[in-house]
Amino acid sequence: MPFYVSPEQAMKDKADYARKGIARGRSGLVLQYREGILFVAPNPSRALHKISEIYDRIAFAAVGRYNEFENLRKAGVRYADVTGYLYDRQDVTARGLANWYAQALGTIFTESNKPFEVEIVVAEVGDSAERDQIYRITFDGSVADEHGFVAMGGQADQVAGVLKDRYADGMTLSQAFSAALAALVGPGNGPDLSPRQLEVAVLDRTRNRRTFRRLTAARLEELLAEAAASPAASADTASSKAGTDDPQRTRGGADGAEAAGSGGDGPDRNGSADTSDGT
Amino acid sequence: MGSGFNGGGHRPAAFIGAATSSFTEFLTSYSPGLLPANVPMPAGPSVVASPAEAAQHLPHGTTIVAAACDVGVVMVGDRRATAGNVIAQRDIEKVFRTDDYSCVGIAGVAGMGLEVVRLFQVELEHYEKLEGRALSLEGKANRLATMIRGNLGIAMQGLVVVPLFAGYDEAREMGRIFSYDVVGGRYEEHRFHGIGSGSVFARGALKKLYHDGLSADEAVLACLQALYDAADDDSATGGPDLTRRIYPVVAITTADGFRRLSDEETGEFVRTVIDSRMRSPGGPVAPLS
Repeated sequence: MPFYVSPEQAMKDKADYARKGIARGRSGLVLQYREGILFVAPNPSRALHKISEIYDRIAFAAVGRYNEFENLRKAGVRYADVTGYLYDRQDVTARGLANWYAQALGTIFTESNKPFEVEIVVAEVGDSAERDQIYRITFDGSVADEHGFVAMGGQADQVAGVLKDRYADGMTLSQAFSAALAALVGPGNGPDLSPRQLEVAVLDRTRNRRTFRRLTAARLEELLAEAAASPAASADTASSKAGTDDPQRTRGGADGAEAAGSGGDGPDRNGSADTSDGT
Repeated sequence: MGSGFNGGGHRPAAFIGAATSSFTEFLTSYSPGLLPANVPMPAGPSVVASPAEAAQHLPHGTTIVAAACDVGVVMVGDRRATAGNVIAQRDIEKVFRTDDYSCVGIAGVAGMGLEVVRLFQVELEHYEKLEGRALSLEGKANRLATMIRGNLGIAMQGLVVVPLFAGYDEAREMGRIFSYDVVGGRYEEHRFHGIGSGSVFARGALKKLYHDGLSADEAVLACLQALYDAADDDSATGGPDLTRRIYPVVAITTADGFRRLSDEETGEFVRTVIDSRMRSPGGPVAPLS
């Protein structure tokens, strides 16, 4: 029984462990549409959410272990409410929250034996699509600034691959939802997904103050019917896709600043690796 | 624990795993200095005769009235804040939306009151986000009582804040009104209530004007008439300011949620009141028997 495990090996083991845990579950999707940001996750439970409101214009989506990301979600709500109470509601930003999550996850990854098996997205809806912000934070505290769409958990690469062909800037809600559904069906989620098996929510930029809304199964059926009525639109616009092929990954800080003090000097290169096992 | 907030992004451990769904409770352990009840009072000899006397020179909010109606509850507050004999502000707002189905009006030291309301608003939203469901109306009323009780020490120094809480009870499908005293006593009021310096006159007027089953519009009118009577006899209560178009804040809470009337809508009601007062300055006359 070896008493010495090199730091590289220890970090690699932790990262592998976390990555496997995350890949075991189902995928979640976050994508921009014309009036806001759409969140879709296969979730049979009506009560245990994977997608939640954090603040007026900020929402949270997660995959992985429920108890761990639920803990992070609650912490995020506390962080946001304290910040908003101390300063002002407009001073609570996704960027600040993403940095905070990066710190928290980075610390947990380096300091505890068992890393969190979670991957989360923090998104903030802006006045226009250009001002939307989407941050993906992985189990080791790495932050990626994403545009267009994000797939996480499960067979994330395959889901993202399908979505890449179907996603286009400025889609309507029904187009975005049918694209998301097409991407989720198949890899790891079975051949068929009914709206009842989905948890869907939006950050709607046309709303005042609290922009987060959950969409009911009935509303989802309507959206599907709408999308089916105008299939040409989604096919035509699919060519002008805006991909996440090359998201600007930043270690430990969402603003591209140096990773100092954010747990970024812990794991070696595991942090910037992709989260799913395949390819 | 810290005396202030540590800035964004620090001490994640304090946020993760906290066991409470109450914002106030969390803040008490995380950064108690942020709570209005925990403002340290200066020790040693005071330069003022007494804190109560000093408090008199702070802006005070005055009269709030609320009345139940057939679809929910109406709350109306005047716009005046006074500091001693001076009008500190003529367009202050003292009636606030606290969540989708409730509102609160404050009387007493305005600075403390506004802070209590702000904290209460965060408290309700915080619970809703963490638990995935809103508190019951009773739960909200009780929470506010605890927060007022927490301010008892400060109230005893003269910084008294008293709220009036009203909301639509989704379980009972009716509007309900709760009043409070400084020790956090919570009293459910039936039909109507008023707080603040002009409330004696306002309640007297409402007693003659109110009857069961008022429509929302009638309840608004009754409350505005009552506020007019309060402004008539209490120097600290402001009447409608026609020249500046500053009208009382009118909030209606029904099954459809909280709604604050626009200045145009309130203006219509105010003109009705003024027109009737032109003919009969004492207001509507109740039958003698």
